[in-house]
Amino acid sequence: MSTELDIEIADIRRLTDLIKDKYGYDFKDYAMSSFRRRIKRVIELYKFKTVDKLIQVLDTTPSFFEEFISEITVNVTEMFRDPTFWRVLKEQIIPNIILNHDRISIWHAGCSSGEEVLSMVITLHEMGFLDKAKITATDIDTAIINKAKTASIPLKNMELNQRNYTAAFGSESGAPLNLKKYFRDIGQESVFDKSLLQNVTYRKHDLVQGAVFSKFDLILCRNVMIYFNQTLQNAVLAKLHESMFKYGYLAIGSKESLIWCDIANKFIVVNNEEKIYKKIKD
Amino acid sequence: MLGKYKVSGKYRAVVIGGSAGSFQAINKILAELPKEFPLPIFMCLHRLKHVRNGFVEALSIKSSKPVVEPYDKEPVKRGQIYLAPANYHMCLELGNSIALSTEEMENNSRPAIDYTFDTAAYVYRDRLVGILLSGANRDGAYGMMRIKQKGGLTIVQDPQESTINAMPNAALAQTKVDMILKVDEIIEFLLELDQACKMAQM
Repeated sequence: MSTELDIEIADIRRLTDLIKDKYGYDFKDYAMSSFRRRIKRVIELYKFKTVDKLIQVLDTTPSFFEEFISEITVNVTEMFRDPTFWRVLKEQIIPNIILNHDRISIWHAGCSSGEEVLSMVITLHEMGFLDKAKITATDIDTAIINKAKTASIPLKNMELNQRNYTAAFGSESGAPLNLKKYFRDIGQESVFDKSLLQNVTYRKHDLVQGAVFSKFDLILCRNVMIYFNQTLQNAVLAKLHESMFKYGYLAIGSKESLIWCDIANKFIVVNNEEKIYKKIKD
Repeated sequence: MLGKYKVSGKYRAVVIGGSAGSFQAINKILAELPKEFPLPIFMCLHRLKHVRNGFVEALSIKSSKPVVEPYDKEPVKRGQIYLAPANYHMCLELGNSIALSTEEMENNSRPAIDYTFDTAAYVYRDRLVGILLSGANRDGAYGMMRIKQKGGLTIVQDPQESTINAMPNAALAQTKVDMILKVDEIIEFLLELDQACKMAQM
């Protein structure tokens, strides 16, 4: 970032009011520091120069709104992010759920371009549980959901993904793990084996305004709520809680915490290092 | 307003940025810091993106008080030393809390110094001290400019002393910083800041 543009709270308020009135999305309680920087980024990208110009374009050009959503949402992700998390999932959490239910329903809340979904599919497939699974992946951003559906990963990211995969599931003595066996390279993309995606549903869903639509054994909502302020985190956590079976699991990002949330007492910590919680109260 | 650096007691926070070659300087600063230093310190140091553990422990060994990696939305405590966690940007929020972000890398870095400095400048305005140490790229130059624009105090490690001086030089080229100091002088400055803030809060 390089401009000296200052965006004040009053500017953000006018912007979120317009979006709420015209498009029904509510960004009022997004975390201020990151939201301000996302807005600034859009203004620079489209050379709008001022917040007023952005507001004016949003007001008069509905077709721009989806593009705007894509730009302000954060879509930085990788396969098997935090490898130790995936090991705990594979060795403890998933076996526990299968033991009690014999089936497993999973929600990736804020799935972005889908790397986490593919990581989950691979994990379940290698455990032999993929046919017992029902996976729902949602995001607020239509464009990124469409991208996730293609299940293709830029070739340049595969080296990091392979490194994470090896760190997650590799043993020092065992045969080398090869992530590429699940992919076919086409041009600059690695395309995932679609036959493994039969139990996966992708759909557009806004965590802030969207209704509770199902119940799950396991919800992954990692590094999503960091973009919300405490008020909104409380509201979204209440929805996630309602979307979980009793004794279901919730995974958040490694540097997120529920301790400042007002319904924290309805969960217990199962793994503090990997930030995995269990719902213990309705 | 006494002493060599004529430090005011109005300051409420310190941000420190560093990259390649700054580890020793940071260690020395943390070791010399008074145990009762009254302001929160936010450190953004370039680090291995995928090594989550070890760094905060290494920094704590010699430090006069513990260094913590904050959680998202953690309330700021006076006198606490915070380190931006691996693979997250660390930013300051109005209402005295810290927020984390996994946004795109900036200057090839996550955590990025510019991100921490920019958001801290917004929150603390003229009550912020920004210190930029040795480093290999130009991360922090924009952040120093923002601190200066908001009336904060800007300090850059003397490029002559810096192991790798690209970062200090980039900041000096972009902004008329308030002080260019060697590490020992930065420590002297912080001791004076400690006294000035304690006096002002009495």
